[in-house]
Amino acid sequence: MNFEEYAAKPVLAAAGITVPASELATTPIEAADAAGRIGGCVIKAQVPTGKRGKAGGIQLADTPDEAKAHAEKIIGMEIGGHVVEKVLVEAKSDIKREFYAAILNDPETKGPVVMFSTEGGMDIEEIAAETPDKLKTAAVDIRKGFSVEQAKALIAGLDLDGAEAGVAETLAKLYDAYAANDAELLEINPLIVTGSGDVVALDCKFVMDDSGIKRQPDLAPKGTPDKLTELETVGEGHGIKYIELDGNVIVLANGAGLTMTTMDVVRHYGGKPANFCEIGGEAYTKGKQALEMVLGKPGVKSLVVNFCGAFARCDVMMGGLLEAWDEVQPDIPVFFSIAGTGDEEAIKMLKDKLGLDPLPNMDAACKAAADAANGSAAVAADAN
Amino acid sequence: MHICRSEHKVLIQGITGKQGTFWTERMQEYGTGVMGGVNPKKAGTQHCGVPVYATAVDAMQDGGFDASVMFIPPLGMKAAALDAIEAGAKLIVCLTEHVPVQDVMYVMAAAKEAGTTIIGPNTAGTVTVGECFLGFMPAFNERIFQPGNVGVISRSGSLATLMCQNITAAGFGIKAFLGIGGDPIIGTTTLDALKALDQFEGVEAIAMVGEIGGSMEEAAAEYAATMDKPIAAFIAGGAAPPGKKMGHAGAIVMGDKGTYASKKSALEAAGVNVLATPSHVGDALREAMAA
Repeated sequence: MNFEEYAAKPVLAAAGITVPASELATTPIEAADAAGRIGGCVIKAQVPTGKRGKAGGIQLADTPDEAKAHAEKIIGMEIGGHVVEKVLVEAKSDIKREFYAAILNDPETKGPVVMFSTEGGMDIEEIAAETPDKLKTAAVDIRKGFSVEQAKALIAGLDLDGAEAGVAETLAKLYDAYAANDAELLEINPLIVTGSGDVVALDCKFVMDDSGIKRQPDLAPKGTPDKLTELETVGEGHGIKYIELDGNVIVLANGAGLTMTTMDVVRHYGGKPANFCEIGGEAYTKGKQALEMVLGKPGVKSLVVNFCGAFARCDVMMGGLLEAWDEVQPDIPVFFSIAGTGDEEAIKMLKDKLGLDPLPNMDAACKAAADAANGSAAVAADAN
Repeated sequence: MHICRSEHKVLIQGITGKQGTFWTERMQEYGTGVMGGVNPKKAGTQHCGVPVYATAVDAMQDGGFDASVMFIPPLGMKAAALDAIEAGAKLIVCLTEHVPVQDVMYVMAAAKEAGTTIIGPNTAGTVTVGECFLGFMPAFNERIFQPGNVGVISRSGSLATLMCQNITAAGFGIKAFLGIGGDPIIGTTTLDALKALDQFEGVEAIAMVGEIGGSMEEAAAEYAATMDKPIAAFIAGGAAPPGKKMGHAGAIVMGDKGTYASKKSALEAAGVNVLATPSHVGDALREAMAA
């Protein structure tokens, strides 16, 4: 889960990293008031995406009037598909140097990695591509943590204009904040050195590991959940992973891998998936809620149900679907492919309840569903 | 140790739970050498006909074990895995989904130091066909698993079930299956699994099921290029919409790896037959075995 700058910076401050004074504003008047208290400031759009500066979402203001004028333009602006609803009014900083610092989970070393570059202020992709020699990385043993001494070793040899000690301390504190908050990414870009030699975090990107949310009850509510459609919100409520797409072939399967593959195969045969919906894993008892939800999307033309039971038993999933059948009364052609744990029971249930047989394999079921949605009515009638 | 054999002794952590019980019974019926289970609250009792211990360390001292299978909730996984590592487990199969990644990394560091192999988290487990299985794959389903000479690797259990069914339906059989898990950070990578199956006696061909994201398939492709045994691969997610964007800094680790196109081209350059749909695996194996 992403945290916007205003929610991420307190995480840094709590770990002892210096951040500029700031106030959150939701109206131009509030922004002007805040600027009156803070003085010369920066008005920063708060959206869960990057590239705010390039979109015009970050503006300098010397007076409350200027702050108000900028806030008027920025609030309501759309940046990367997000409408700006809040701005951070932050004290202007005297920037002498801009660095980059981050801690992230690294699949290669299977541990945290600390990253630091003297080339801050731009995208990390650009830093890595243009000045890879200036990017220093250290793999961390998560059992031991990351000390100031290790940070000093990481930045040894770099010219930081006398801010070496401050940067090393900041990196160690950044690691502590990462470890304490189940971060998968905690990034300061830019980490600045001011004219007076202070090391200050000017921006912060914080992504919390979704699997850590449960044990971060105080912090998690401050994050920005993914923007969901109405049906996706229903899915979340049921604990079912549902992603709405723009096609008309409903995909209902178990397991992320199989569900993705069902979409791939529907597309391979010329169909357009209407959704990703998986009821595997812990959601495998939720066939009823899943069927009601997927049929709720307007304009759907066919449904492919693809069960390959391992942990998720086909008979249990089928039981849930059939339970919902009478209530929901699907009026579109439905095609089944069933294999794995509990398959024989599931096939019998399908036959007994609906008089249907599954198609011989997933390709056949996906092709039939794609054809039915594309108007090959004869195919659908035969299959049913 | 990646591949469990019939002579190996297996501990079930979380044996007394509903899923632990159901799957322990299936494993025992199939031939897995379950020596005991762990549940601190029921230590000293018997469950599924085997002793229940307070810790894995106790189990090691009493009957001894080679591998542990964990039916443990997400926030309990770290302590359970560290217990098994301390006990001296050679292999731990972690089935649990939604384990906090920092806990996973902690376990990985401890396992590396102790020389313990971790499979998972978020895996359906492994099957050594006709001998034993660990986890919750339908090893006992004859339409999914028939003995043979194909080695199968998958990040996803459901997709593996499909692939194994297709292999069996095409008249081939399976020697061993390694489910490596769907989490971003896992103990046994595609490359580790590929090496293990390549070196496992009786495996003559490999079917590999990958997914978009990460760079494991690309890393495996480098090794695949050096192998004599034929490989057929399916990569799931070609039709997936651009999902959650990788974290800013994550992109640096991933580079341009992780997309369907990247994985397909890396594998094809290594001589791997990349399948359009999983149903094509039979034809691919027939072609490879005839060559």
